[in-house]
Amino acid sequence: MNNVILVNLPFIVVALLLAVGFYTIGFKRNLIKVVIGIEILEGAVNLFLIALGYVKGAYAPIYTMAPKEAVNNMVLPTPQALTLTSIVIGVAVSALMLAFAVNIYRHYGTLDVTKVRRLKG
Amino acid sequence: MIEHLPALIIAVPLFGAFIAPLLKKKGSAPAVWAIIITGVTLGMALLLVRGVLAQGMMVYVFGADKPTLVLPSGYRVPVRIIFEVDAIGAFMALSATLMSFIGALYSYSHVRNETGLEKYYALLLLLEVGILGMVLTGDLFNLFVFLEIAGIAGSALVGFRNYRGEASEAGIKYLIVSAVASLMVLFSIGLLYGQYGNLNIAYLSTQISFNTVDMIALGILFASFAMKCGSVPTHHWVPDAYTEVPSGINPTLLVATYASLYALFRVSFSLFGNITVNMSSLGWIMSILGVLTMFIGVTMALVQKDVKRLMSYHAISQTGYMLLGVGVGLAVLNDPAKLEAFGRDAMAGGIFHIINHIIYKSLLLMTAGALFYVTGTRNLNEMGGLARKMPYTTIAFIVGAAAISGIPPFNGFASKFLIYETSYQLSPIFAVFAMVTSVLTLASFVKVFASAFLGPPVKKYEDVKEVPRSMVVAMLILAALCLLFGLFPNVVLDKLVYPAVDALLKLSSYQTWGGLP
Repeated sequence: MNNVILVNLPFIVVALLLAVGFYTIGFKRNLIKVVIGIEILEGAVNLFLIALGYVKGAYAPIYTMAPKEAVNNMVLPTPQALTLTSIVIGVAVSALMLAFAVNIYRHYGTLDVTKVRRLKG
Repeated sequence: MIEHLPALIIAVPLFGAFIAPLLKKKGSAPAVWAIIITGVTLGMALLLVRGVLAQGMMVYVFGADKPTLVLPSGYRVPVRIIFEVDAIGAFMALSATLMSFIGALYSYSHVRNETGLEKYYALLLLLEVGILGMVLTGDLFNLFVFLEIAGIAGSALVGFRNYRGEASEAGIKYLIVSAVASLMVLFSIGLLYGQYGNLNIAYLSTQISFNTVDMIALGILFASFAMKCGSVPTHHWVPDAYTEVPSGINPTLLVATYASLYALFRVSFSLFGNITVNMSSLGWIMSILGVLTMFIGVTMALVQKDVKRLMSYHAISQTGYMLLGVGVGLAVLNDPAKLEAFGRDAMAGGIFHIINHIIYKSLLLMTAGALFYVTGTRNLNEMGGLARKMPYTTIAFIVGAAAISGIPPFNGFASKFLIYETSYQLSPIFAVFAMVTSVLTLASFVKVFASAFLGPPVKKYEDVKEVPRSMVVAMLILAALCLLFGLFPNVVLDKLVYPAVDALLKLSSYQTWGGLP
């Protein structure tokens, strides 16, 4: 029983992080906190991808200078490549969102999403 | 040369996007550069369409010894990034490149007085790259990457006029929606990868067994792409983004939205096309979403005072027609008799409506941009009597308004009529809603026409003139396309639309390429 929880621990953490991220996006008023919520979501998804690719006792998929016993005992490189790409994209998204937030603060004098509402109708 | 087209069509605008910032101090050089690059890409898209229609699906494998060599020796599963261009992908690529070209042409005068134009054109080209990548790729993760590129470039363009607070507000709304949607897409890609160990759409579709995890992945993918294509109930970002973006970007941004719609169709028809049980209920969901989208969009448009915002709500309502048309086809996908009787035509109506809508909505948003260019306001109550001052814009507006309301002989009629006829056979209520929506659309455009173009001349605008030539040319090209597509719908249907529909329907031809078992 204990073992099951331990093996699935990363996925439980992913579920928790997803819940926290969606809560933050949905219920927080400060724009910076909304951005942080999206970052938490991204962390959850990246952790999910990494946890998918993990094999107990296997070697990292680096082929140069690999030891003999690593042959036929490597994890798949794809999830790790996916995660790296997703991290790089995430940096661009968060930088752009924070730039928008700064610009909104300059024009509206507040970061409260309930007050940033000139576009309506 | 022709076999490298799918890669070149991505590479050329990408190259253009990275060169554009170097032309910073050269006056209108970035604009000319963008027009050249988008023109070349348009030519390549035409060649691509011709190639795909002549010889069937084109497959391009990145990094292989020969670009058509799908499997390295000794492998049983596809491992590389593979572009699979079938008729519907080529159709979307043609729409994207055509609209980027028109947008660049229009932008030449429209944003001439702004600063930071080299970044504007670089982002325009990047947005084009994102759309083209989304519609040509055959790889799920690659789809996510290009979805993000289009999302980032699009929202940066929405916030381009950063001296206005509203632009940043609309930009962050768009960016939050697209970031959440694409993260959820990545999550469900992870779910599928964890089970089947592959990312290729065609290979995955042969493997999918539709257990619980697959159902969750399908639900998340459906919801995320519906969110990105602006369907009700997550339509709130559309009017803000379309209103605040400079009018020259509107055509490309519209295609970016419909690239998400394309991804939605791809997921429903290709990725999960093998499932015979639940697809009809998914089709019903799609049709009902479509009806709700068109009706809610048009009723919200009726009360608007801002001319661009009114037209943006119409963009939501027109998305409903496409969802309805293709949803009707999806609902009868597993019933060959009904599919033959009306399902295929319904899908043709939906897909034909994509290109028609892109054309006339870009035209309408451009006329709104022209009104803003000469009057400096978007409020309908402050305009009046502009018809005599701006004859070309007036003609363009009348053509666009007639097309969006479905009046023959313009192009909106051709596709809307197909949708009325076929959705009636699935459920008469759908057709009734579609027709009521059309009438309401006409009503709101009569309102715009009366208050902006007719009426007594306003003193403030006594010495306004017609907009500069490149804007007029861009608008007249689109107006001519409206008329051409409306007069000869059969040519477009036979050459472009029905092959695209068949590409969606014939899953087995999508799955068997390169000699996969």
